[in-house]
Amino acid sequence: MTALAWLVPVALFLGGLGLAAFLWSLSRGQFDDLEGAGWRALDDEGTVIRASHTGSRSPVQPPQR
Amino acid sequence: MAQILTYDKTLALDAAQPDPQRTTLVSLAVEGMHCGACMRKVENALSALPGVTAARANLSSKRVSVVALDGKRNAEVYIETLSGLGFTASLLPDSAAQQTSRTSFDIWKRVGVAGFAAANIMLLSVSVWSGHSGEMPHSVQGLFHWLSALIALPTVAYAGRPFFVSAREAIRNGRLNMDVPISVGVLLATGMSLFQTMRGSEQVYFDAAVTLLFFLLIGRALDQFVRTRAAGAAENLLGIRAPAASVLLPDGSIERIATSEILPGMRLIVAAGERVPVDGRVYKAKSDIDESLLTGESLPRTVATGDTIFCGTLNLTSPIEIEATTVAENTLLAEIAQLMTTAEQAKGRYVRLADRAAQIYAPAVHILGLLTFVGWMLAGYNWEPALTAAIAVLIITCPCALALAVPAVQVVATGRLMQAGIILKSADGLERLSEVDTVVFDKTGTLTLGEPRLATDSPVKDHDLAIAAGLASRSRHPYSRAVVIAARSHGLTPRIVENVQEIAGEGLTAIVDGTQVRLGSASYCGYGGQPIQGLYFRWGSDAPVPLAMLDRLRSDAIDTLGVLRSQGFNLHILSGDQRDSVASAAAATGISYWMAAQKPDDKIREIERLSRVGKKVLMVGDGLNDAPALAAGHASLSPSTAADISQVAADAIFQGERLRPILELLEVAKLTKRRSLENFTIAIGYNLVFVPLAMLGYVTPLIAAIAMSGSSIAVTLNALRMSNPRRGVHS
Repeated sequence: MTALAWLVPVALFLGGLGLAAFLWSLSRGQFDDLEGAGWRALDDEGTVIRASHTGSRSPVQPPQR
Repeated sequence: MAQILTYDKTLALDAAQPDPQRTTLVSLAVEGMHCGACMRKVENALSALPGVTAARANLSSKRVSVVALDGKRNAEVYIETLSGLGFTASLLPDSAAQQTSRTSFDIWKRVGVAGFAAANIMLLSVSVWSGHSGEMPHSVQGLFHWLSALIALPTVAYAGRPFFVSAREAIRNGRLNMDVPISVGVLLATGMSLFQTMRGSEQVYFDAAVTLLFFLLIGRALDQFVRTRAAGAAENLLGIRAPAASVLLPDGSIERIATSEILPGMRLIVAAGERVPVDGRVYKAKSDIDESLLTGESLPRTVATGDTIFCGTLNLTSPIEIEATTVAENTLLAEIAQLMTTAEQAKGRYVRLADRAAQIYAPAVHILGLLTFVGWMLAGYNWEPALTAAIAVLIITCPCALALAVPAVQVVATGRLMQAGIILKSADGLERLSEVDTVVFDKTGTLTLGEPRLATDSPVKDHDLAIAAGLASRSRHPYSRAVVIAARSHGLTPRIVENVQEIAGEGLTAIVDGTQVRLGSASYCGYGGQPIQGLYFRWGSDAPVPLAMLDRLRSDAIDTLGVLRSQGFNLHILSGDQRDSVASAAAATGISYWMAAQKPDDKIREIERLSRVGKKVLMVGDGLNDAPALAAGHASLSPSTAADISQVAADAIFQGERLRPILELLEVAKLTKRRSLENFTIAIGYNLVFVPLAMLGYVTPLIAAIAMSGSSIAVTLNALRMSNPRRGVHS
C-alpha cells in the first residue's frame, strides 16, 4: 500500500498536466478551425505569415502564381 | 520555459509595432472557400497588400481575420482583392465574431475540468470498489474518499455553475426547467457524500455527481457548438453589403466613408450597380432602382429628381446623386424590423419539448424522493438510512439521459441539414417545424427565381436577338440580363456594339451597321398597341418586335410542391406581386389558394387568421416585405438570396436554386421529434427500473455510476442513428 503514497500524486499530476495542456490549447485557439488545420498540415509551402523584427511581412514569401 | 515566454512577447510586440493605435483587426466572411488551396490563396493575396500585417483564414467558419493598418477603411480593398480571385467577401461587424467564440470557449473549459475530475475520481472509486472484496484497509478507503472530495468540491462549484445559475433563474421566475432537478441532485449527492466521508461511511457518490456533470456539460457544449456554427454561417450570409458610401463634399470632391458615419442631409453618389446605403431623396439624375428586396416586385422602378428611395435597394442604370433623409434606426428597413419584433412575441411563448418534460419530471422526482424518506421513516427506520435512500432516488433520477436526449439529436440533425445546404438558426426551430401542416409561399424569389426570363415562344429572329443581346450586355436591368441569357442559351454570341446609350426608365440605343436600333419600353420603341410585359426591339424604322418576359419557377418547384401535397400539407401563396403574375404561378404549381398584392401587414393578418383556425404555418419567403410574416409564422424558411432581415427572421435558410431542401427540412424535423421522444422513452424506462431499487435502498454508488453512464450512452447512440440519410429518411 505504500506505493499509493507516490502513485496517487503521480496520477493526479499527469491528469493535471493533460488538463493544463487542454486549457492552454483552447485559449490559444487550437480548436478554432478544425477543418483548416487539417489542410495546413498538407501545405508544403508552409507560409507562416507573421511580423518579423522589422515589422514587415514574413521572410517566407509565398510564390506568386 | 522563460525563454519561450520572452519569445512570445517579442512576437506580440512586433505585430503591434508599426503603430499600435492604428493597427486593427478586421473580420471578413469569405464565400466559396472550400479547401486548403483556397485558404492559402486568400491568405497570400491579403497579406501581399500594403499595410497588412497578418491574414489568417478559418476554413470552418469561412472567415478571414486581417490585422492591418487602418483595416476598417481598407476593408473594401480586401473585398475587391478577394473578388478578383473569385471569392465573394463581406465585412463582419466586430461584435458578432468575438461574442460567440468566447461563450463556447467558456463551456469547453468547464468540460475539460469536469472530465479531468471525473477520470481521477473514477480511478479512486474503482480501486475502492475492487478493494471491497480484497484487503484494502479502512484507512486507505477513507483517504481515497477524502481525495475524491478534494477533487470533487471545486469541480462541482466550477463546472456546475451554468446549471446552478440557470436553475436559480428559473426558480426566481417561478418556473421549473431541467436544470432544477440537475442542480438539486448534484448538490445533494455532493453534500451527502461529504457528510458520509466525514463519518467514514461507504455511501459516497462523488463519482456519480462529477460524471453526471461531465456528461451534461458535453450535451450542453454540443448544443452550443451547433448553435454557434449555425449562427456564424447565418452571419456570414448576412454580411454588410454596402460597408462604405461615396459622399459628395461641398467643395465638389468625393470621399468614401463608412455607412454608419452618414448623417441626414449629406449628399451621396450611388454608382450604377451599388446598393443604396440609406433612405433618401433623389437629388439629381434619373435611374432604375431594383426594389425587389423591399416589395417582392421583380421589375425595377424608375426614379427621378425628388423621388424617395430606400436603403438596401439596388441602383441599376446610371449613377445618381441622393440626399440622405433618414439613417440607421429610422429607415424603412428598421420599421419593418419593428413589425417583425411584434410578430415574434407570439413565438416567444413556445415551450421547448425538453422544458415541457421538465415541468412534469422535476416535481415528480422531488415528490418521489420525499415519499421515499417518509416511507422509510414510517417503516420504523432511523432518519439516516431514510435520507440516504431518498438522496439515492434523487441521484438516480438526475436527468442525465433527459438532458442529453434533445441536444444529441439536434446536433446530428443540424449536421445533416448543413450537408443538404440548410442552415438551421434557432434551437427550437426543428421542434416547431415538425408540427407544421400548412406551407405558405411567397412568389417572387421563393417559388420563382425572382429573375425574369425571355418567354420561349418569343417571335424574335436569331439575328435580332444577337444584336439585342449586344445592347443588353451593357445594362444591369433584369430584362437586359434575361436577353443576354436567352441569346447564350440559343447558342448566339452577343454582337459587340459600341457606344450604347442607356436612358433610365426607357431603354438602350446604339448605331449598328449605320442603322439606329432600340431596345426598351413599348413607348420608347414606338409601339402603339397594348404593351406586353417585357421589352421591345426595333431595327431602324421596322415594326417593333416584342420580347415577352416571364419570371421562371424554380426548376423543381412543381415536383416539390407535388410531394408536399401528397404528404398532406395545405399549400398557399401570399404574394406582394400583381394579380396576373401570381395567378399564372398558382396555375403552374396547382395551388388553388392564393392571394395577390399583399402588403406586409396583410400577410401577417392572413397568417394570424390561419393560426386562429388551428393551422401550424410554415412561411417560406425571401423579400423584406415577407420578414414580418416570417416572424409571425409558426416556423419559417428563407432562401439564401433573401433580404438580410428576412434571413434574421427565418428559422432556417436554404441555399441553391432548388426548392427541394424544404422536403429534407420537414423530413429531418419529423425525424428529430421522433428520436427525441424515443430518447425520452429510454430515459424514462431506465428510471422505471432503477427508481424502485433506489427507493428500497438497494442502490450502491457502483450501481449509480453504471446506470448513469449506461443511459447517457444509450441516448447518444440512438441520436447518432439519424446521421445516415439513406436509413434515416423513411425509417
